[in-house]
Amino acid sequence: MNTSNSGNVGIVIVSHSPKIAEGAADMVRQMVGNAVPLAWTGGDIDGGLGTNVAGILEAIETAWSPAGVAILVDLGGAETNSEMAVEMLPEDRRARVVVCNAPVVEGAVIAATESSGGSSLAAVKHSAEEFYA
Amino acid sequence: MPDANASRATESSVPLMASVVLVNPVGLHARPSVKLTQCAKGFAARIELALSAEGPWTDAKSPVKVMRVKAPQGATLHFRVTGADGEAALAAVLALVRDGFGES
Repeated sequence: MNTSNSGNVGIVIVSHSPKIAEGAADMVRQMVGNAVPLAWTGGDIDGGLGTNVAGILEAIETAWSPAGVAILVDLGGAETNSEMAVEMLPEDRRARVVVCNAPVVEGAVIAATESSGGSSLAAVKHSAEEFYA
Repeated sequence: MPDANASRATESSVPLMASVVLVNPVGLHARPSVKLTQCAKGFAARIELALSAEGPWTDAKSPVKVMRVKAPQGATLHFRVTGADGEAALAAVLALVRDGFGES
C-alpha cells in the first residue's frame, strides 16, 4: 500500500499481523493525512503471522523519500528482519533508513506527524521514541 | 518601563500570551493533538501550551508531549509564543482550538 509523493520522511509499518500493519497505516492516513509517504507490510511469505525481508524491502521502496525512511516494528522478528532488509539496501540508501524503538501503532502516528511538518529523519525517530522516554 | 510594543514579541524575549477554552468533545486527545502539532510546526516561533498561566509549559510542536497534557473539554489552554512569526502562529493555533479542530 502506498500513496503520496513528497520530500517528507517516509514511514514503513512492519507487523507480524498484516491486519495490524494495515490498521496502523489507516490510522496514520486518517489522523495525519497524505503528506507523508507510507507503506506497510505484515505476514510471512505463506500468509501466516510473521514478517519477511522481501516484503519489508518492497515497503521501503514504496515509502522511499530522499529525506529517508523510518520503520516502525512490533516484536522480535519484525525488528531483525527490518534490520536485515536495511543491510540489503544499496549503500547510498542504507544510512537513510532507521528502525525506531517505539510502539508500532503510536510510533507510526507520531513519526508521521513529525514527518508531515518537514522534520529530519533524526527528529522523526526521536519523536517516535519519546513514547518510551 | 517597556513600551507597548515590547509585548509584541518579534525577536525579543517577551512572549505573546493568550488562552482559549477547548470546545471539542474529546478535548486534546490524539487526533486534535496531531492537528495542533502540525499547525505549530508550520511556524518558526517557539510555541508552548499549558493548562495554567503559570505552566508547566509543553512544547506544542511535540505530538507526544501534547498528548500527555490530556486536556479535557472545557479546559482552558494557555499559549506562550516567542518568535518572529509569533503573532501569526498564535492566531493560527487559537483559531484551530476555537474551531474544535474541525471536529465539533
